[in-house]
Amino acid sequence: MNWPHLIVVPVVLPLLAGAALLLLERRSERGGAQPGGNPAALLSLLSVIAQLLVALMLAARAAGGGVEAYLLGNWQAPFGIALALDRLSAMMLVLTALVALGSALYARAGDAARGPHFHALFQFQLMGLNGAFLTADLFNLFVFFEVLLIASYGLLLHGGGAARLKASIHYVAFNLAGSSLFLIAVALLYGLTGTLNMADLAERVAALPGTDTAMIRAAGLLLLVVFSVKAALLPLYFWLPETYGAATAPVAALFAIMTKVGVYSIARVYTLVFGDDGGTAANVAWPWLPLLALGTLALGAVGTLAATRLRGVVAYLVVGSAGTLLLALGLGNEASVSAGLFYMINSTLMAGALFLLVDRIAAARAVQGDHLRPDDFQGNRAMLGAAFFTCAIAAGGLPPLAGFLGKAMLLEAATPTTLAVWTWIVVLGAGLGTIVALSRAGSLLFWRSGPRHAQHGEEAHGHSAHGHGTQGPASHGVPEARDGTGLAPGQALGAGLLVALLPLLALFGGPVHGYTTAAAEQLFERRAYIDAVLGTKPVPAAIDVRREMRERGDIKGAKKP
Amino acid sequence: MSLLVALGIGALTGTGIWLMLRARTFDLILGLTLLSYAVNLFIFAMGRLKVAAPPILDPSLPPTLETYADPLPQALVLTAIVIGFAMTALMLVIALRTHLETGSDHVDGGGSDRT
Repeated sequence: MNWPHLIVVPVVLPLLAGAALLLLERRSERGGAQPGGNPAALLSLLSVIAQLLVALMLAARAAGGGVEAYLLGNWQAPFGIALALDRLSAMMLVLTALVALGSALYARAGDAARGPHFHALFQFQLMGLNGAFLTADLFNLFVFFEVLLIASYGLLLHGGGAARLKASIHYVAFNLAGSSLFLIAVALLYGLTGTLNMADLAERVAALPGTDTAMIRAAGLLLLVVFSVKAALLPLYFWLPETYGAATAPVAALFAIMTKVGVYSIARVYTLVFGDDGGTAANVAWPWLPLLALGTLALGAVGTLAATRLRGVVAYLVVGSAGTLLLALGLGNEASVSAGLFYMINSTLMAGALFLLVDRIAAARAVQGDHLRPDDFQGNRAMLGAAFFTCAIAAGGLPPLAGFLGKAMLLEAATPTTLAVWTWIVVLGAGLGTIVALSRAGSLLFWRSGPRHAQHGEEAHGHSAHGHGTQGPASHGVPEARDGTGLAPGQALGAGLLVALLPLLALFGGPVHGYTTAAAEQLFERRAYIDAVLGTKPVPAAIDVRREMRERGDIKGAKKP
Repeated sequence: MSLLVALGIGALTGTGIWLMLRARTFDLILGLTLLSYAVNLFIFAMGRLKVAAPPILDPSLPPTLETYADPLPQALVLTAIVIGFAMTALMLVIALRTHLETGSDHVDGGGSDRT
């Protein structure tokens, strides 16, 4: 299908769906506890499914290797805002839609009814995510960042409760400060080059005179700080465990893709604008990125070992996977970036699946929730255990699943670089720490939990309610849906979908890796991107109001060429 | 004029950051507001400061860069102001709500944590 407007559909569709949902949800007034009977939930789900189909079509188009630009409002590229589709953005769109589908299915079975406007905010967040992956303009990237952040503030607060409010204060303040820095960096780049279109920026930055070196490098590194806030790089990750620990399960699952926006932006900007050909600002980020990423990875592993709740373990897994991804990017060669992109698919699906599973595991345990203490286990232990085991293998990077392939390829790609020794030590060490943490959690939750622990758990619960202020127990202040049977059908479907994708990814590891390798190649082939964005001409309009007005003499002073 | 604007931006930024580092929600919001003012001024200044030059094409003026101000930063600032305003309003609501729920205006919820 070669319809040119398909590129803008991933942005417009959730916008329209979200707007319609605002009206629908107001009308139905939270009457949506019964799954299937709520038109808002159905519309939201249909929108997500449609986005998945569109994303797959776009990926099929991008797989051919071309970069397609879409001129919004039919304005020529450096002056108007352009969207651009290449292999990497198409891949991110598919990944977003997959995680969103699992999360939406899960939310539909109950969590969505815990506050107003869940579905609308969900769609707006998707709009921001899809837009950020597609835009070819730095200021537009800022705007889409804000769209997804505003929606994420609302989603984080979904369900209410003091713990979520406290996490929100930190999260919102931190991100507002980050947005200010983003604007400063953008303004600095505009002041130096006079453009914000990324393709145009790439050419102008390369041609910048030596007198502006300090300024352009400052702007480049400021951008790195901003993206690192989103991607949870070492000094800037403190918001993540708390935020992810406090959000409701489907929201946390959707947030799993949100850290990847930062990773994506780093991959895009630091290959296109500040890459090898970046003139005086060439490779400005690469000396910093691997070192910080190694630290992030190590701290993520320590965090999984130290966490006292399963939710905390998973949140630190997200930190650790961000470290791995940024390390792959920071090594800066095609093989490592390809390995990183491959690992990103695995880690995003894994984190999404785990956040949903943790919620079910917590609901299946009598009193302890997801605190890592023995407790009575009432749900379907075999099924939940198997799903958790699958995710744990994927998270730890053990052989049969794709996490192992990703890490092996990353280590192989790191070998010729100067950081090889440290990469091997930290990646393998962090993997070991993660496996220890996950096996400890798994054996505690599934083997050492049985009816005999029920009383012991009751006593311990008195302590667990206090002293976890930093973790912000999500279950407090909000009555969680504890049916005691384990999984509601919709929740099983949502979580099961994401879990099932993990072995599938390993099974189709070959073709997927072929795609990520091609995407990495395309990322370093910046000429094609620049030419595609700047070379796309506006389509001659069927009705050109401006020309008609000019010909009728309504516009004074405008000369015809 | 450049010096004055630069000093103004610097003073706003400095005050904003100082206020943000105080762990009280009211100070935090005030700090974020000042910081966003500083950022908006900064974006505006990045289009080069120019007095009495219109940003919109005027047939009576010669079409050279000497006679016009850069319109793009003004458009960017407009967007940034709208977003910043909305964010500040949202932050205020969350801070108020947190104050009611936790009984403290400390950003960590303070000592009287009632969760």
